[in-house]
Amino acid sequence: MTEALLYGLVAGVSIGFAAGYIGSLMVLKRMALVGDAMSHVALPGLALGLLLGFNPFLGAFAFLFTAAVVTWYLEQATKLSVESIVGVLFVLALAVGILLTPEPDLLEALFGNIASVTWLYAVAAVMVSIVVVLLTRVVYHRVVLSLISEELARSTGVRVAQVNLVYLLLVALIVAAGIQIVGSLLVGALVILPGAAMKNVGSSLDRYGVLSGIAGTVSATAGILLSAAVNLAAGPLIVVVGVVLFLGVIVAHQVVRAA
Amino acid sequence: MSFRVKPRTTLAIVGPNGAGKTTLFRVLLGLVPHTGTVEWRRPVKIGYVPQQFYVTDVPITIREFLAFKCKTDYQECLRAVGLEVHEFLDKRLSVLSGGEMQRVLIAWAIVDRPDILLFDEPTSSVDIGSQDLVYETLNSLERRYGITVLLISHDIHTVMHYSDSTLALNRSVIYFGNSAELSDPVLLQRIFGSGSVLASHEHPNARAHP
Repeated sequence: MTEALLYGLVAGVSIGFAAGYIGSLMVLKRMALVGDAMSHVALPGLALGLLLGFNPFLGAFAFLFTAAVVTWYLEQATKLSVESIVGVLFVLALAVGILLTPEPDLLEALFGNIASVTWLYAVAAVMVSIVVVLLTRVVYHRVVLSLISEELARSTGVRVAQVNLVYLLLVALIVAAGIQIVGSLLVGALVILPGAAMKNVGSSLDRYGVLSGIAGTVSATAGILLSAAVNLAAGPLIVVVGVVLFLGVIVAHQVVRAA
Repeated sequence: MSFRVKPRTTLAIVGPNGAGKTTLFRVLLGLVPHTGTVEWRRPVKIGYVPQQFYVTDVPITIREFLAFKCKTDYQECLRAVGLEVHEFLDKRLSVLSGGEMQRVLIAWAIVDRPDILLFDEPTSSVDIGSQDLVYETLNSLERRYGITVLLISHDIHTVMHYSDSTLALNRSVIYFGNSAELSDPVLLQRIFGSGSVLASHEHPNARAHP
């Protein structure tokens, strides 16, 4: 096992869990496409980092952070659905990002590159994942309650707008962390697939969140190991494994229900 | 606007769509900006059952839902609204019938022992038989825990059978008085406009009005 592969696995296991856990909420909020499209915003940030010579992932996070705040603000101010805001703004970000990114780096920015993972990145990924999981745990039930009824949540003192903002920022953080492995085009899948797979399986909210996290970890680990075995890019393989898991869970669930 | 509710009684709030019934609740809860002030005779704790909620997709159990508000006392509250604890505690909210869901919401609202319960009737999803069960539950809570109930209803029978007094709104107060008097067709027309008729309906659980 090469060092890069080991570091990639460490990062993949932790980011996979955190992304699956936080993504379980995104699926409940019916923001699956938002999570996917939002990740594209990272591209212009990556490009600026490459062009101007600072860490591209800081650039990606800055853009994702801004996108999260803008989405949140427009949703509050205009009452447009998040889906329409994303549809308008985020494809633009992707287009601009592709134009800006120097061509040799474009492929890596779009699809990630596990071979360039360093120990520093692995450590940062683990720490970011821990922070994201812990903070998501704090807001998890509040997000769900405001989903069931915003008025019910507000009448019990939940600050719905603030909770949503914190949630979006956490999504931005984990998406930025995942780009190195999966790339900005596919990183949204890391967030969405596990929650979508486990939605009808979890018999309670807590179990659903944890199962989604585990599904994320399994996809990331299996995808990375597979990529080492067949010598193909890890990012797309992680997504493929995630989709296979998603389909497998759906079929198994139907079989169990029919039996 | 000013109205009195006797403690441990039920006040029904009626009026056409857009009359301001739900807005009145939101103002009482402090959820919307409003001019004027809400004054209570003494400090009160308010429980709230909203009209709209969304649970179809959410894998949350009743235990988790109630525990959000109170970690210890929720079993008694489930019993108080007539739901069998062992049968319901680990059920998902999404599999409940409309009437069961309402009773779970009432259990949620009373779990921290409010003085006042605001109950916004849903316009659909609860069949007539379950509705009666829900209102009987409200009446029993009023007696058992000394809770004062304010309920929004579109059903004049519900109002007459399960409330003591009625506040009729249409942007301002049109009527405020004894619910039994709603059997007067002239009054009914004043509240709901011409064309309103009260079909005769013998109710098995009618509340006796003096």
